[in-house]
Amino acid sequence: MAETGTVLKVKDLEAWYGESHILHGMSFEIPRGEVVTLLGRNGAGKTTTMRCIMGMVGKRLGSIAFEGTETIKMRSDKIARLGVGYVPEERGIFASLNVIENLELPPVIKPGGMTRDEVFDLFPRLRERRNSQGTKLSGGEQQMLAIARILRTGAKFLLLDEPTEGLAPVIVQQIGEIIRDLKAKGFTILLVEQNFHFASTVADRHYVVEHGHVVEMMRNEEIGSNMEKLQEYLGV
Amino acid sequence: MFELIGIPPQAFYAQLTLGLVNGAFYAVLSLGLAVIFGLLNVINFTHGAQYMMGAFAGYILLTLFGVPYWGALILAPIIVGAIGIVIERTMLRHLYHLDHLYGLLLTFGLVLVIEGLFRQQYGVSGRPYPNPLPGGQNLGFMFLPNYRLWVIVASVVVCFATWYLIEQTRLGSYLRAAVERPDLVQAFGINVPVMVTLTYGFGVALAGFAGVLAAPIQVVSPMMGMNIIIVVFAVVVIGGMGSILGAIITGYFLGLVEGLTRVFYPEASSTVIFVIMAIVLLIRPQGLFGKAK
Ligand SMILES: Nc1ncnc2c1ncn2[C@@H]1O[C@H](COP(=O)(O)OP(=O)(O)OP(=O)(O)O)[C@@H](O)[C@H]1O
Ligand SMILES: [Mg+2]
Repeated sequence: MAETGTVLKVKDLEAWYGESHILHGMSFEIPRGEVVTLLGRNGAGKTTTMRCIMGMVGKRLGSIAFEGTETIKMRSDKIARLGVGYVPEERGIFASLNVIENLELPPVIKPGGMTRDEVFDLFPRLRERRNSQGTKLSGGEQQMLAIARILRTGAKFLLLDEPTEGLAPVIVQQIGEIIRDLKAKGFTILLVEQNFHFASTVADRHYVVEHGHVVEMMRNEEIGSNMEKLQEYLGV
Repeated sequence: MFELIGIPPQAFYAQLTLGLVNGAFYAVLSLGLAVIFGLLNVINFTHGAQYMMGAFAGYILLTLFGVPYWGALILAPIIVGAIGIVIERTMLRHLYHLDHLYGLLLTFGLVLVIEGLFRQQYGVSGRPYPNPLPGGQNLGFMFLPNYRLWVIVASVVVCFATWYLIEQTRLGSYLRAAVERPDLVQAFGINVPVMVTLTYGFGVALAGFAGVLAAPIQVVSPMMGMNIIIVVFAVVVIGGMGSILGAIITGYFLGLVEGLTRVFYPEASSTVIFVIMAIVLLIRPQGLFGKAK
């Protein structure tokens, strides 16, 4: 596998939930080693795009190529095993599993993931609560757990859907450091963020999504000069 | 004490053991139903027929192939479980996204087909199966037949092993997680459809196991499943659908209650479970161990 190039290439992606047509020709690319965000208003289709990449939306058309492999028709467990780690927007912590079981649920798919102890060093709070039922954790702790559990798997491409939502500022900062650290280690990350300020401290480029397709791409350094346009897109 | 209530102690203990033996079957059968319902969301009406198939598998293995009881105890559940896997792959699979009712209708239809086939082949009168553990223990206060003791021990071991597998192991944590969010578990790289198939096969194999276990004490007959499964469904309703431990405990408990009723008020022994079911439904509709939706 080349060390440069494109990790993910989405082209003309269309998606439906039942009868409702949600994505209308999404196209974007994620270069290797970059942190890329999807920005957009509520309901623009950011989560749906991530679920499509993960193979979790029933009806999808177009092309999603991961490391050159077409995955548009692939089952989600196969996609995960190509090396994609997913933190869902709703966190997806399991009530019938304790913290350790939640942490170790996703199978290790590639070498190079963190060990349980490394994860606990990163999130000491989780070590303290290791035997608690997953959903007895606070919202912030659950978010940490959702992130922690994909760091074990060895996946080098991560989908983080609003990872800072509901977290205290100090934890948000810590997540920012983790993302920068992962980037330095060569991870490629697709991030959905409402916290635009946070996004601009970790990302290399931003795609603005509106009504199920990409309307604009900005490199992070262009953000300053495009502030007005961006605020209009995001309705802030 | 026994003099006071006018019941001979022998009869009392005999009914208590019989109750425990029945409870052993209720526990294994409702456990299988609970495992299947948890992951597949299907109420497996075929469970009774699969129990009957287990008994017949034991009978056929013995009479046609000379496989003794102990071999059948391993082989019959595998055979019945494998047939279950075929049913899951070819039929049940297509119903998961539909209402419970469809799964119930399909599995009920399968009961009619399977029992019809066996009735045509073997008639309605039962076949005897030799007792592999004749004799018994004289405990002083009662005589305990060896085979009854074995049934209770075997069922406790199987129930405990199943509980342990699901609640305490890594494989079990996959299963528990998939009960909650199959889509997400699959998005972590676990092949959930295969897990569903194997879970159905396992639940059905439990029914097959109970069938072999029952063969020496009940006549092996095409109707044996119908008779017990009605009671087992009442047990499941009382315990609450989908709770592993609840299914086990309720199974033994209701077997005992039935046995005690046979001592004190024999007229009610065949209805007591249904009376309890009605009361539980009134007071706690989700069942004793079920979680409210
Ligand atoms: N399961 C579903 N069934 C039907 N429609 C859905 C479903 N999930 C999302 N939608 C619709 O799809 C559209 C896009 O939703 P999506 O969750 O992708 O938005 P989003 O950009 O992630 O929004 P947010 O910022 O609020 O998370 C919305 O109009 C939403 O109502
Ligand atoms: Mg979203």
